Parts: sequence; C-alpha cells; structure tokens
Amino acid sequence: MGVEKDIVMHSIRKSYMLTLLANGERLDGRGFYDYRHIEVQKGVIETAEGSALAKIGSTQIIAGVKFEIVEPFPSDPDKGVFVTNAELLPLASSRFEPGPPGEESIEFARVVDRAIRSAEIIDMESFFLEEGKALGLFLDLYVLDYGGNMVDAAGLAALAALMNTKIPKVENGQIIRGEYSGTLKIDRHPLPVSFAKIHHYVLVDPTIEEESASDAGLTIATTEDHIAAIQKFGIGGFKKDDVLNSVDIAFEKAKELRKYL
Amino acid sequence: MENKEIELIVNGKRLDGRGLHDLRPINIKVGVLEDADGSASVEWGGNKVVAGVYGPSECIPKHMENPFRAIVKCQYMMATFCSLEEHGRMGPNRRSIEISKVIRQALENIIMVELFPRSQIEVYAVVLQADGGTRISALTASVAALIDAGIPLRDTIVGVSVGKAADKIIVDLGKMEDNFGQSDVPIAFTNRDKDILLLQMDGLLTKDELSKMIDLAFKKGEDIHRLMRKAIEEKYGETVSKRLRMG
Repeated sequence: MGVEKDIVMHSIRKSYMLTLLANGERLDGRGFYDYRHIEVQKGVIETAEGSALAKIGSTQIIAGVKFEIVEPFPSDPDKGVFVTNAELLPLASSRFEPGPPGEESIEFARVVDRAIRSAEIIDMESFFLEEGKALGLFLDLYVLDYGGNMVDAAGLAALAALMNTKIPKVENGQIIRGEYSGTLKIDRHPLPVSFAKIHHYVLVDPTIEEESASDAGLTIATTEDHIAAIQKFGIGGFKKDDVLNSVDIAFEKAKELRKYL
Repeated sequence: MENKEIELIVNGKRLDGRGLHDLRPINIKVGVLEDADGSASVEWGGNKVVAGVYGPSECIPKHMENPFRAIVKCQYMMATFCSLEEHGRMGPNRRSIEISKVIRQALENIIMVELFPRSQIEVYAVVLQADGGTRISALTASVAALIDAGIPLRDTIVGVSVGKAADKIIVDLGKMEDNFGQSDVPIAFTNRDKDILLLQMDGLLTKDELSKMIDLAFKKGEDIHRLMRKAIEEKYGETVSKRLRMG
C-alpha cells in the first residue's frame, strides 16, 4: 500500500514539476542555474589533520583528513599516496543501508577524488620519505544528511578540508601526532558542479526530488582555467550541446562556489 | 593499565582543570538533520556525535519482522578521523559491534516496541570526534533523536562514565583518563526509575567503590537529563517537554 501511494504521489508531483519547468521554474522557486543556500566551515574536527563541513541546502557532508605512513605504490615509488573514501551514513537518508561501501558510494568517492587528483593540487612528491616509505593522505567523506547533489557538497568539503590541512611532523619514519611541519599548499581549486537532466531541461544543484525525476546526471569539475573531471551518472543521455553548455555554466558556478572556501 | 608517568590528578584537579566529580561541558541539540525522522547532536567535552532515527517503518528484510513488536536496529560508528592518532578503518570492528549491541538493548527497554508490530525502528549514531566516553555520548544522542522522531518511549535514558584514576573516583572520564586510568565504568539508566540499562567495567574495583560510582552516576544523571530536556524545549517549547513528562 505504502509503496503504491508513493508512486502515485510521485507521478503527480513529477507532472507538476514538468509544468513548472516548461515555464522556466523549479519546485523550490530557484532558477535553473541557481544553487541552494551554501555554507562551508573549516576545521570542525580537532582530531583530524584537516577537516570541513559543507552544506548545500539540506545536504550536509563532513570531510576529514588523516595522514599515515604507507608504502608507496610500486608504480610511483618516489611519491606519497592519496586515498579518498566516502561513507553514505544510514542516518543521512532512508535510502542508505548499513554495510560496506556499495557501488554508489564508490562512484561518488571516485568522482570527488578524480577532480582533486587530475588538477594535481597536492604535491605528492613532497610526501616521499625514504625508500619504501611515504606519507599517505586519507580523505574521508561522511554524508550526514542527504538532500540531493552530494557530489558538489563533497567537492566543497573535500577542498576546504585540504586547504585546512596541517602536515604532521615525521621523525625516524614515524608520525609525531599533534605536531606539524607545515600546512598543505593549495594553489588551484577544482570544484564539481552537478546537473540533472529532466526531460530536456538541465538544472544545476538538483534536490532529491529532482534527482529522482531525472533521466541522467552530469558532474563537471573545473579549476580556475581547466576542466578537471567529468562524470555522467544514470541511464539517460546528454546531447553534445547540453554538455558544452554545461561546461560554461560549470566554470561560472565553480567561480561562485570558490567564494565559500 | 595505570601509567605512572602521567599524573592524571594533581592537587585534586584533573588534566583539564576539572574537579573529581565535574562533568565536561555538554551541548545537546535536536532536529539537526533534515531527512531523518528524528535527529540529535551531542557535544560532550571533545566528543562530537550525531544520531539519526528512522521509523517505525516496514521491516526489511521481511524474515526479521516480529508479529508482536517492532525490531530495533542500531549502529554505532566511529569516523575514520575521529581520533588524534592513526587513521581508522572504515566499517564496523569488534568494538563498535559490541557498542552497537549494548546501545540497542538499552534503547529497546524504553521504546514501546509493542505498539508497532512487524515494523522496524532504526537508530544510527556516528562519532565524528572522540574524546573518551563516546558510547555514552552516542546513547545520549540516540535517545534525544528518538524523542525528536516522536517515537513513544516509556522513559528517557541518561548516563555518564565513572571511573578511577590515581586511586580517586572520578566522573566523566576524558580520553587520557580512559586510556591511562585504573578503571572505566560507563553507566546508563532510566531517568525516572533508575533502572540501569547499560553497565560495563574494566579495571579493578571494590564493591564499595562501585556502589559510590553508581550513586555518583545517578546524581550526575539529573544534570544530563536537564540538558536533554532543555534541548527538547529549544525546538518544541516547554509544553511539549512537560507533556512528554520529562520531569
């Protein structure tokens, strides 16, 4: 019973949504390319080497950075290691179940990771310590409240946490916890901007409702002057013009988002 | 277990300047998450915990449903960056599985599960920053989130960890006291009837010491209950907290 009711409600709501979209409006009154309210707080976790909380609308994501001594990857024996993980906490949404990371959280973490990695904002060579030893930077994302558009909130939280990161002091191949040798220097700022395609309308910063009504999603991460990562989500497709137009909007919107860092 | 090199108590003062029986500052807030049916955050000294509650809803998987009552699912989890030391591992470990269980069983005592046959109530708590006493902080956040979710409860649960360091009984152990003290006794109980629902202990104690600790916990429980009540009133107003018979 409950399930059927939801579907009926949903299709009525969706047709209302489409009526609004045809008039250039969204359910919450925003324009197609407007973000919801944004907030970024750096340094919210004292035990982490870097941290930040980002909110977009009701979506809340916390990012924390920890360092460990690791063995470099055989492919990059003279570099440190950077690992991004995401946990879709079951408290964030009735959609999320407890358990090991599923495909959604893995894809999500990898998109956020890719933007940071391909923009080469972290000097991985400076993390090399000695033969077989390097610093590993672990960036972990916890979704606390899911209100749609996790990727952009995670991108903000991740970058803000990195900008807030202190590099721990290393002595005799061991990390001295609570003492630091400096801060992480970040001079490029890659940020993802996400789109949902509903019918032929393309919207920035989709809510849960808009995501569930959408045929496909698109995330474009840009630095100040380059595209750093793209990911198309979901089953539906995007036209080339949609993609190119979205790139322009992504550059413009990332510039707006940077003001919150 | 005791580390003689660290002096946990000097002239009756603890490392953070507290007296032996003082609580750390505690800040409880309800309704901090949008999607969850009920939620709460607890800042307890250096601990930061967020809890979210879903339900009552259809029991999934079906074979777990009980025709006479709701089942309660509970997960306590520590964020990988919650301690100053090493980067933690994601996913549950043996410790967090045990803590999830003791928290769940405490909650099952107060939730009126018989009102919701065949359904489930989910309680999730995540420790974002840890500073000793995370299970009690998580339990406190869970209870506040259950109240916020409007789930019928028989009573509230309050708790505190009591312990022993430098041969003195102390209340609300910080991380150093937890790691290097002689004993750690987390205690949680129903506010009205003082039924002890969670009690764990490590270290060595005499019966007399344990008895004193429980009395101290009961006394401090009043302060914690007042803070929980204040948090509910901040969101819902005084009438509601009276109707909930929170004192």
